[in-house]
Amino acid sequence: MKIREVLHIAWEAMNKNKVRSLLTMLGIIIGVASVIIMVSISAGTEAAIKDQITSLGSNLIFIQSSFSRMGVSGGKMAAQSGGLVYDDADALADVNGVTGVVVEQIATNAVKAGNVSLDSVNILGSTADLPRVRDMEIAQGRFFTKTENDQTRKVAVLGASLATELFGEEDPIGQTILVDNTRLNVIGVFEERGQVGDLDYDARLYVPISVVLDQFTQTYMGKIFGDRVKMIYVEIDDQTVMDDTILQIELLLAKRHEVSMEEADFVITTQQQIIQTQESTTSAFRDLLAWVAGVSLVVGGIGIMNIMLVSVTERTREIGIRQSVGATPGDIRSQFLTEAILLSLVGGLLGVAVGVGGSWLFGKLSDMRTVISFASIALAFLASAAVGVFFGFYPANKAAELDPIEALRYE
Amino acid sequence: MKDRHIVKTNEITQIYGMGDAEVVALDKVSIQIKPGEFTAIMGPSGSGKSTLTNILGCLARPTSGQYILDSEDVSALDKVELAAIRNQKIGYVFQSFNLLPRTTALRNVILPLLYVRDNDKSYAEMEEKAIETLKLVGLEDRMEHEPQELSGGQQQRVAIARALVNNPVMVIADEPTGNLDSSTGKEIMELLHKMNANGTTIIIVTHDKAIAGHAQRAIHLLDGHIDNIQHNGHSNVHMKVSETV
Repeated sequence: MKIREVLHIAWEAMNKNKVRSLLTMLGIIIGVASVIIMVSISAGTEAAIKDQITSLGSNLIFIQSSFSRMGVSGGKMAAQSGGLVYDDADALADVNGVTGVVVEQIATNAVKAGNVSLDSVNILGSTADLPRVRDMEIAQGRFFTKTENDQTRKVAVLGASLATELFGEEDPIGQTILVDNTRLNVIGVFEERGQVGDLDYDARLYVPISVVLDQFTQTYMGKIFGDRVKMIYVEIDDQTVMDDTILQIELLLAKRHEVSMEEADFVITTQQQIIQTQESTTSAFRDLLAWVAGVSLVVGGIGIMNIMLVSVTERTREIGIRQSVGATPGDIRSQFLTEAILLSLVGGLLGVAVGVGGSWLFGKLSDMRTVISFASIALAFLASAAVGVFFGFYPANKAAELDPIEALRYE
Repeated sequence: MKDRHIVKTNEITQIYGMGDAEVVALDKVSIQIKPGEFTAIMGPSGSGKSTLTNILGCLARPTSGQYILDSEDVSALDKVELAAIRNQKIGYVFQSFNLLPRTTALRNVILPLLYVRDNDKSYAEMEEKAIETLKLVGLEDRMEHEPQELSGGQQQRVAIARALVNNPVMVIADEPTGNLDSSTGKEIMELLHKMNANGTTIIIVTHDKAIAGHAQRAIHLLDGHIDNIQHNGHSNVHMKVSETV
């Protein structure tokens, strides 16, 4: 029999039982749609996290203090191996391959400008390399220089929304702000950056780290042993020698802190590692979702097999009639197999529509990002076809093996 | 000399079951039917009538013996080859019509054409052939009706059209009037006679003596044997049906 006719007969059979066909397809529809939606949600989450991480700047190495062994109050020993200090940054700048070093120290203080007063503004003390290393653009004026930092000049750069809050429509450049009785001269404003994670870049005040250490987080210990910092960002120019650069940094810091590499009081993380960690968690999550969705596809397939078995029994006489006018076992098999495949393919198509629509709607209605992947559409669709073949085969075979005399006699 | 018989069976035997439960449904039955003949097969239930019909119709294979249909030994063919023989050489008319439900008369008549192996006919050509055959049974204005919208007599006409559409060498009609009232039954018999007059070999299976009276010969079966063969003396040329039914 011609393919066209086989398809025609299968289509007829599907149409004669519209409601039943639709209910049968429901399993496949839900299976395919859930594969697509789940993959799109996890891909969206993954993309969002990746964006956040890369927005921190590229080719970055993060060095964090680690106080695991000795407390801060542990006297001289503690000071020497109590983590990173400001002077480490200067030393790191001389390491081969390092193109920028940024130190960050955070303080929170009230900020006043004219008659506007803001409580608890996030103040980031940093170094001159910050805009370049962290990919931040200056909108107005300029960022402070290394010299200004070294000389503890009282200058400040404003985040975009902070500038508006303090000065409104006025030009902030050249104005003076008051932070904890220290007067700072505004020399620049950053472009809008937006929120990354729970950190609002635009609401921050950026000042030389020397100013923060000197004016806002001054401690007695700092005067003697050097100012402790939480985090140092190192930018390198070439990712291919990153391992080598990291080793040099480790050796240098260990030597400076008089600790062995095994007992280091700092932790080095690369951007790549952070992304990889994130990716492995999200991809494990995505695999899990795909499996769950895959199980529902199998359940859908069993539904199809069930209905096809019922259909074979119900249409035993039809099978007998077809056999009596010359249908071979192969003709009968291909007819029922085609029906099963058609059911699951149409179900698959509807599932793709529901899945794509659902993902889009989910992205619209929730604040989660969804990324519809064509691979997941293709995979889900092919899987539904495979389900049709797999679960359609047994009923089709059963139909093909019917004895024509028995089948014709069936009531 | 070329075999002048359309059907020739040589001691065909059909045994159901095994061992103690063995039932001999047909015991060395040999019959011959000439082309264009109108033959009746008669017998009470359990006589082997249905078994013989199934074998003659290539729906089943005999346990032993030879069956030559249209000069071809079909007793040793496999399922696929038998399906092709049913498609090409045999037309069936059943007591209960056996039309596909919720399928138009036209689609029902096209059905055998769809299963023709290596078919080079387009669908339009098949449709044309089916329409032509439906005209032959006088149903050209009911083509688009589904079986449930047709009377019993009309349904049986559709079935006859379906049996004829592939130009078979033989039509087997199994109690074709069994589900019809007598006047409709008469019409169906007239139609079968018309087909016979056009040269189609017809085997009618019945337990009704009046119906069997239409045939030139009636083969009576009893307990798996041929009990007797009755010659009705009239030729296959036109006869008055109304007198005998």
